[in-house]
Amino acid sequence: MAAWLLGSRCGGAASRRAPLGSCRWWSDASADTVYDVVVSGGGLVGAAMACALGYDIHFHDKKILLLEAGPKKVMEKLPETYSNRVSSISPGSATLLSSFGAWDHICNMRYRAFRRMQVWDACSEALIMFDKDNLDDMGYIVENDVIMHALTKQLEAVSDRVTVLYRSKAVSYTWPYPFPMADSSPWVHITLGDGSTLQTKLLIGADGHNSGVRQAAGIQNVSWNYDQSAVVATLHLSEATENNVAWQRFLPSGPIALLPLSDTLSSLVWSTSHKHAAELVSMDEEEFVDAINSAFWSDANHTEFINSAGSMLQYAFAFLKPTKVSARQLPPSVARIDDKSRVLFPLGLGHAAEYVRPRLALIGDAAHRVHPLAGQGVNMGFGDVSSLRQHLSIAAFNGQDLGSMSHLTGYETDRQRHNTALLAATDLLKRLYSTRATPLVLLRTWGLQATNAVSPL
Amino acid sequence: YPWTRQYSTSQTTVDSSEIKTFLTLAHKWWDEQGAYAPLHSMNDLRVPFIRDNLLKTVANHQPGKPLSGMKILDVGCGGGLLTEPLGRLGASVIGIDPVDENIKTAQHHKSFDPVLDKKIEYRVCSLEEIMEETTETFDAVVASEVVEHVLNLETFIQCCYQVLKPGGSLFITTINKTQLSYVLGIVFAEQIAGIVPKGTHTWEKFVSPEKLESILESNGLSVQIVAGMLYNPFSGCWHWTENTSLNYAAYAVKSSDQENPVSAELVLKGETEELQAEASTNPNVHEKL
Repeated sequence: MAAWLLGSRCGGAASRRAPLGSCRWWSDASADTVYDVVVSGGGLVGAAMACALGYDIHFHDKKILLLEAGPKKVMEKLPETYSNRVSSISPGSATLLSSFGAWDHICNMRYRAFRRMQVWDACSEALIMFDKDNLDDMGYIVENDVIMHALTKQLEAVSDRVTVLYRSKAVSYTWPYPFPMADSSPWVHITLGDGSTLQTKLLIGADGHNSGVRQAAGIQNVSWNYDQSAVVATLHLSEATENNVAWQRFLPSGPIALLPLSDTLSSLVWSTSHKHAAELVSMDEEEFVDAINSAFWSDANHTEFINSAGSMLQYAFAFLKPTKVSARQLPPSVARIDDKSRVLFPLGLGHAAEYVRPRLALIGDAAHRVHPLAGQGVNMGFGDVSSLRQHLSIAAFNGQDLGSMSHLTGYETDRQRHNTALLAATDLLKRLYSTRATPLVLLRTWGLQATNAVSPL
Repeated sequence: YPWTRQYSTSQTTVDSSEIKTFLTLAHKWWDEQGAYAPLHSMNDLRVPFIRDNLLKTVANHQPGKPLSGMKILDVGCGGGLLTEPLGRLGASVIGIDPVDENIKTAQHHKSFDPVLDKKIEYRVCSLEEIMEETTETFDAVVASEVVEHVLNLETFIQCCYQVLKPGGSLFITTINKTQLSYVLGIVFAEQIAGIVPKGTHTWEKFVSPEKLESILESNGLSVQIVAGMLYNPFSGCWHWTENTSLNYAAYAVKSSDQENPVSAELVLKGETEELQAEASTNPNVHEKL
């Protein structure tokens, strides 16, 4: 009974965490620096994690290392052409970025705030208009390169605490025993490509959806590839406009989104079948522009039945709640595209069964990979950074061993709860909107209309 | 266990009986989900308790190392569960314990962390021995889960007083002597649920906060805080509570002026001073109080 109680106290956690990969007998304790935290992966989320810890007051005397496999990206001057990889940054993410001074750099470079979002169906008139009361900023469209540059600058400013190693890839990891063994090192040992080794009290895996850290730890990953690729491009609008609305239309083949970059430019994210995506990328510019405009403007997928059913509900709402009925607006038309800005990449879903192990935490795409239809991918990653930083900060102020499961499980619970819901909802939406089948179209039409009329968004 | 297999094939020059003892020890103290789990989670209460009250005594502190510059004595440190967090917060800590194996475990555990290794020193000895061997005094003395194990509480508190700097802080956590603490602390925790290893505690030696307070006050230590602590065996977490009938924590401060305020104790102090004087003239004589 005693054992049961001890085990159940942790919700069976003691037995759930199986011994990790290969444990090593480290007989000669080297005089290496023992890092407090090593972040593996210097992308948007990894760099943000290193920044967040570097600027945290309780990490003042700690040693942090960021490992990035690629070269240091230097941006001498902001290029005139916009990059085709952009992210929709939520207000929460903006708060995180400003907490360590990166948002200021972004403001000094360029970004686009949007105040409204129209999401509508290709198979019906149903639409949902999102906006905040007072028309506050709902989100910001920022080029990934701009974010990366801001993060790099802030990292340089705390180089006494945070060391960044570029062109450094970890090739193997050695995990500690679950509890101390005579003469065996309690730290995580990392071997780099050049043969050098590092020791750390906590390893944070921020190395993307094919995470090497996650695989080395043997953490199970639920994943599947969507039968879709996303096509991105930078578009020039036919005429200059206020351009502070984000547009997304659900076509049966996948959602197409237009995100504002400036008065005359918008970014395209079009998720569609692999075949169609390949066609879109290879067709000539005029054809491509026509395809985009028609995707947003054409009513070819409407059917009489759905239109009538939709109108019926619309009249009902107009009667009951006149102010909450939105007229469908049309996005700006596209005139031409930026040369060489057309690119495609495959889409998939992924979720790690565990986000943490003793002395290990996964953040960003290493922990979860999502469809871009909700624009949430990087925001979920920044949310992970925020949560983990908070837990580690408290642990540091309590003098705790940073790699201890007691606070790592707190982070895992926080984020799994949030991320799983979002992942499931996004996946469900993707599946719901991938069909022309009348019953489902009707369901989502009415659902969308009802949501628009009822909820105070 | 896979690691024992690995060990036997690679290490042949180490004494196997030493390793055996070592294995069971290390396992016990530092396994966060093992037999000492409740002590690990008690850090969530006792570290902030010590840290925050010590921070109140200084004007400003270094961010990142809030306790830097402080000298702390951890009496009955065991495997170093509380000593290490205090060291990580920047204090210079001396951890003492009468059990040789405990100090070995503690020593071994901190040896892997180069920063911590320099901040903490462990010794196998009693509080009286520290008092005799050194004239150094401490900003804080921590006696966590200890006073319910000592032979003479009055003497123990007097020794704490002696080794504290004027104005220094004493932190105690212990168990109250009540019917409830017998039923839950001994019968349930030890004998039924195995939350605490059997035979760890003797109910007769539990100390009520009232008794502790009166001993502290009569020995020049002004009690600032007494707060109850409650352990939830299902969540494995401790919580602060108004109720002190089970576990509780106390924080007392040594008066800032050197004089001992109560006359009855002057006699004892006189004896102590005599003994200390003797000890300094006869370095080979070790008098026990």
